[in-house]
Amino acid sequence: MTGPRGGTASPKAVRATLRGRPALYTDYAADQAIWNTPSKRFWTILLVAAVLVTPFLPFVTRSHQADLTLVFVLAIGGIGLNLLTGYAGQVSLGHAFFVGVGALTASVLGGMPTQNVVGFELDLLIWLPVSGLVAMALGLLVAPLAARVRGLYLAILTLGLVFIGEHLFKELRSLSGGQGVGRRGPDPEILGFGLFHPQEILGVQLDRETPWYLFTFLLLFVMAVLGRNLARSRWGRAFAAVRDRDIAAEVMGVPLLRTKVLAFGVSSFYAGVAGGLLAVSFGQVTPENFGGLGGLLLSVEFLAIVLIGGVATMSGSIIGAAFVVLMPRLVEMFAPSLPLIGDGALLSVQQLEGVLFGVLIVLFLILEPRGLFGLWLRIRNYWKAWPFSY
Amino acid sequence: MELLAVFLSVLVRGVGIGSTYALLAVGFVIIYRATDVVNFAQPALMILGAYFTALYVHNAGVPFPLAVLAAMGTMALIGALTERVALRPMVGEPPFSAAMVTVGVFFALFILSFRLIGSNPISTGEPWGFERIIVGDLQFRQVDIARTLISLGAIGLTGLFLQRSKVGLAMRATAMDQETSLAQGVNVGRMFGLSWAISGALAALAGVMISAGSGGTVPLDAFIALKALPVIILGGLDSIKGSVVAGLIIGVAEATALSFNSTLTPTVGENVYLVVPYLIMMLALMVRPYGLYGTPEVQRV
Repeated sequence: MTGPRGGTASPKAVRATLRGRPALYTDYAADQAIWNTPSKRFWTILLVAAVLVTPFLPFVTRSHQADLTLVFVLAIGGIGLNLLTGYAGQVSLGHAFFVGVGALTASVLGGMPTQNVVGFELDLLIWLPVSGLVAMALGLLVAPLAARVRGLYLAILTLGLVFIGEHLFKELRSLSGGQGVGRRGPDPEILGFGLFHPQEILGVQLDRETPWYLFTFLLLFVMAVLGRNLARSRWGRAFAAVRDRDIAAEVMGVPLLRTKVLAFGVSSFYAGVAGGLLAVSFGQVTPENFGGLGGLLLSVEFLAIVLIGGVATMSGSIIGAAFVVLMPRLVEMFAPSLPLIGDGALLSVQQLEGVLFGVLIVLFLILEPRGLFGLWLRIRNYWKAWPFSY
Repeated sequence: MELLAVFLSVLVRGVGIGSTYALLAVGFVIIYRATDVVNFAQPALMILGAYFTALYVHNAGVPFPLAVLAAMGTMALIGALTERVALRPMVGEPPFSAAMVTVGVFFALFILSFRLIGSNPISTGEPWGFERIIVGDLQFRQVDIARTLISLGAIGLTGLFLQRSKVGLAMRATAMDQETSLAQGVNVGRMFGLSWAISGALAALAGVMISAGSGGTVPLDAFIALKALPVIILGGLDSIKGSVVAGLIIGVAEATALSFNSTLTPTVGENVYLVVPYLIMMLALMVRPYGLYGTPEVQRV
């Protein structure tokens, strides 16, 4: 760190230089920091504060909290897919398979046994990491094969996983409850503290959904930071190198197979954790949720989260998850007041949702390939340069 | 003799459904060769093709063969229109984004088909139904013979068109190198549209073939078209020959697994024939990462 005259600047002088020039980096560590700009720090704090306050606002109902919880859970899965598809460039349509494996593992380890299914009623501190690890193990198993093929071959190969997964989920009846029936998800408890029960903390009465909402957000926060940390590490740079030009990456000494296998492993771990959390949020886990057509739809939703949110950005995955979960809610809210929408009219509400989902994917990819994150960048850059156009 | 009879009936059934898969796969391959995009909207095009055939037969009173041709024409138009509206702006974008656009198109068209078909199954008025041909002791379903002849015939005609006609030559040139063919005076954009039109027409025909012999078609039957995905991967994404060979392999394998379903159930579980295509695809990819006949991608560093 050298000052203007060549001598070493004092920290105080550096701070003085930085004032009003937030984009000026004086060392590499600051450039590579997790929160490398003041605005990122500001928005993170604002987001955390907003999320913490939301459940206590008077107009926020329990179903709102459940929806936001779903956003957090899907965002964790979306971050996993973003690491694989956005950072490492390996397009996967099989994400739902790993999510399903996580959900199944969580239900078996954390769920209640019945006449038909086994269950161990373990603590969340055991079943949540294990559902991530089991999904990760399967991801590592598939990865060497997946690393052999590229592009659309890979997309369709991983699509096969969803259909094979459906078969396995249906056949492992003592674990999954079988076709069309399924089983109950786990009841999350940490050391006896029920996360999906009404609780009273420091004299404040919490709804059944609130502890779970707070817990999933905490987990999302941790996993997003870990994801960003991985992305800025040596391995994250290897991911990007493989995505941008795999042969060039290999020539530069990036071990191709190991990088792809790692990307698959990490991504499946995130998927497994998201699956375990989904099992709680859904309450009921059926093979049809995660395999076959349901699984394909879930995989497409995750890809939409990555693409609509923003490829290779952590915050994009969160925005994308919010979009995918909340868009149908908004449509449901406004649909009754729209013309031509309703049961007997041109389109039903569900059909409108489906059409909008499809059309929005198309519009985003055509008009703003960087997704919602790209829209944010445009707005930010506009105001940054204001009143000049650039 | 008993075994031979079983073998022959499975073979005919498998070749019948397999050639329909091949027909669908050729639709995928033609679009992939022209634009490097896997068209995930194909299932929706297929089901709309079946719908239009039914519409022309029942509402306009057109004879079945003409209705099929008219439906193929309609779907060719819709295919070309889709390309112009949704896919043309994606030229130059990464192939994966374009593939995702086709997923979006799929949702829109699929919901449209739900809207058009409604909850009652539609019938295309096809003449084969559940009729059988009896040769000595053997019985074959007519629909399997019809599927084989019509599908392979349509693929043959498409291949002939690509190989022999001037426009086919232009299409192949576009598939090889877009810029060079542009420089040679080929209207590349029109070739994209044409490949979508051919693909839409083939999808419509496949929709009729799938719907034949089933008693009725509902919108969810669209997902049968997903069976063509392992076929194109097994055959190679850019090879029509590969589509045919792989379609037949997967059709026969599926029919075999289906006919031994009750024997297989205790060991590998119920309805294992549904995953057989994907298992074959995965095994093949371990040996040949570009499928049986796919062109390995040549990369310069």
